[in-house]
Amino acid sequence: MAKHAWKEKAIRLLLRVSASTSILIVILIFVFLGKEATPFVVEPGIDELCSTRWMPVSFQKESFGIVPLVTGSLLVTGLATLISVPFGVCAAVYIAEVAAPWEREILKPVIELLAGIPSVVIGFFGLLVLAPLVKLLFGLPSGLTALTGALLLALMAVPTVISISEDAIRSVPESYKSASLALGASKLQTVWKVTVPAALSGIIAAVMLGMGRVIGETMAVMMVTGNAAIITASPLESVRTMTATIAAEMGEVPFGSDHYRALFCVGITLLLATFTINMVAQGVLKKHRIG
Amino acid sequence: MPVVTPEPDLKQLEPKVRVENLNFWYGATQALHGITMDIPARQVTALIGPSGCGKSTFLRTLNRMNDLIDETRLEGKVLIHEEDIYADRVDVVALRKRVGMVFQKSNPFPKTIFDNVAYGPRIHGVRNQEKLAEIVERSLIRAALWDEVKDRLHISALELSGGQQQRLCIARALAVDPEILLMDEPASALDPRSTARIEDLIGELRRLYTIIIVTHNMQQASRVSNVTAFFYEGRLVEYGPTKRIFTQPRKKQTEDYITGRFG
Amino acid sequence: MMSRRIVEKAVYWLMRGTTYCLVLVIAYIVIDIVYHGFPAISWTFLTGMPRRSGAEGGIFPAIVGTLCLVLGTIAVALPLGIASAIYLSEYARAGRFTRMVRSAIVTLAGVPSIVFGLFGLGLFVLFLNFGASILSGSLTLACMILPTIIVASEEALQTVPKSLREGSLALGATKWETIYKNVLPYAIPGILTGSILGIGRAAGETAPILLTVAAFYLPRLPHSIFDQVMALPYHLYVLATQHPEVDKVRPMQYGTALVLLVIVLGVNLIAIILRNRFRKRCRW
Repeated sequence: MAKHAWKEKAIRLLLRVSASTSILIVILIFVFLGKEATPFVVEPGIDELCSTRWMPVSFQKESFGIVPLVTGSLLVTGLATLISVPFGVCAAVYIAEVAAPWEREILKPVIELLAGIPSVVIGFFGLLVLAPLVKLLFGLPSGLTALTGALLLALMAVPTVISISEDAIRSVPESYKSASLALGASKLQTVWKVTVPAALSGIIAAVMLGMGRVIGETMAVMMVTGNAAIITASPLESVRTMTATIAAEMGEVPFGSDHYRALFCVGITLLLATFTINMVAQGVLKKHRIG
Repeated sequence: MPVVTPEPDLKQLEPKVRVENLNFWYGATQALHGITMDIPARQVTALIGPSGCGKSTFLRTLNRMNDLIDETRLEGKVLIHEEDIYADRVDVVALRKRVGMVFQKSNPFPKTIFDNVAYGPRIHGVRNQEKLAEIVERSLIRAALWDEVKDRLHISALELSGGQQQRLCIARALAVDPEILLMDEPASALDPRSTARIEDLIGELRRLYTIIIVTHNMQQASRVSNVTAFFYEGRLVEYGPTKRIFTQPRKKQTEDYITGRFG
Repeated sequence: MMSRRIVEKAVYWLMRGTTYCLVLVIAYIVIDIVYHGFPAISWTFLTGMPRRSGAEGGIFPAIVGTLCLVLGTIAVALPLGIASAIYLSEYARAGRFTRMVRSAIVTLAGVPSIVFGLFGLGLFVLFLNFGASILSGSLTLACMILPTIIVASEEALQTVPKSLREGSLALGATKWETIYKNVLPYAIPGILTGSILGIGRAAGETAPILLTVAAFYLPRLPHSIFDQVMALPYHLYVLATQHPEVDKVRPMQYGTALVLLVIVLGVNLIAIILRNRFRKRCRW
């Protein structure tokens, strides 16, 4: 074989190995989270995890029930989604279909700017500006509530929702719109009755991907939700999410303790939750592109 | 001025490329069916036929450009100098150096004119600046572009006109000293004047290279080629001296195509 | 007819209002931080060591720490990401391996940053025994931004027209020669733009470095990649929530937030400007 043929083969192999690192990392994530978490599942066991009290440091008996953390995450995520959908979808439709070109040129970078603000800065802003506002508006003893966290998270989900919805809206064939306009529908009627329904699956995927981002968000939520590990459905109470629990407690636990392993269990739960949401969203998105 | 096209007798010409029972598939679709033909050396062979008849596919089997497409399959033989270019040990890179190609849409690299022409020689190891300059000049002269660009070899090739760009691509192909030049509708995107210049150029180059040209344009085929092959639905229908094909086609399909009944 | 037009107008203004409402909030955040942060910025603040657990002095070690982490992340993620993208864009054929790589990339892109932190803690800090160090932190952040870099680079490679590849191959260039000399040079601006966005994200992330590198208070500069460092995002978090005199150190908090914001948004701005410039220039 010619010399250059060997070189080509070597390069191809090298690139292929590089590409496979992504697979390796995914596998290693599952392996290492599992490795640190499994001893807990063996002893004290799954039942302990499923209990309703998270009390990792206690003079009597520690308790590692992740239910309050899961409900905390769900409450904040659900609220954030509810808030971000109208804003995100309206803004996406506006930017994609209604705004003048010069307006779009300004709006898009501004939204991208929002996506670029570090979450700790958003959290800091929430702590100093939003929390006092919530406290004042609802007459609460403390502004660190699920609602405060949800508002911040909604803000952080909005760029994702907008950019993916906008792609979906733009991918609706021009012929649909012309057909509607030709029937005498106005531009806005066309947008809401033809374009948005045609892009619906893409928009749903956008919202789900936004949710995936929200449920995994750590810093902002940790700074403003008050971190009380209680089970509640009230947006005006303090909650503690899975992410905040890991971030706040991992620094202080002894390696290999039950508490340490329980935090890895929380990590796995979180990973599986985001994994599922993202997979479903990707599935919806793929269907949208084919359909 | 029309290029003089002497009437060749195919039997007496020295064959450059021999194609034996060539079949080609894209996935499950067969694109070429049992093509057998000898392509003569230092002549211009035109491949004509309606779109999708396989003429471009056939052209691309001659320098193995089809290898780049996934899920293609080839059976049969393509011999250049009696050597099968699809044999296991063939070096595709060396093959493509011997068989140059000019594409339908001119594709100058976004580099200077000089660097475009020097790209091939550099790849093949020419480092000496004087030697490179010499090759670039010779190639541009052969491609009839030298006089227009000799003072501005270092401007971007993208600033040239469409016709000049296509001649630059020809110069680029000539710079690696190919024996065979494949041209895939080289003038289809050009205006009539640029087309005429390219056609004149092909007439000039015939003395030095074996040229195989795919064209949609029958006037062009009759003007520039001395041998013509008519393809239809992946088969070689008729093959012979250009003049004979255009004046006395032997097959009904050839006649219908040439007289413009379909296409 | 009249009422329909009123409804139309209302819907139009509702959409416009929502959009601009978002813009206002964003502007408010940025302005609030610039307004309060600017007075805190001084030469001592930027280049001095922190004193009294961050209540006084500067944030120099945190700036240096963040820069070290960013450089380390680039050094690992950029070559790996570009190589992966070249494989996917130029070499990969439809098949099981390619499908697996693609779904791995999508999966990685969705993993929460705190989970990357746990992963980095388990693998780099403990298992490989790198300890809490720049090395562990950079590797963790590199894993996190790898998908961003791969996706951006692949997109950039795809915008280089096929005709350039064919032209080069037809001249007898090998595949790698073609990629190296006639594809990569034209894709590099796009690759860098996309990658910079990922790098900006790495600079601002807190959760992964929380568990793998960041020091609470460490008023000195690192000597090697096995040292712990302070980092701007974590420093801000600590000052804002963990400091005994939270209200007194407010100017320090705002100053840190501003420096972080300027670094991260500055990086993003460069990327956006670069992109617009190349979009205008690259007409094939």
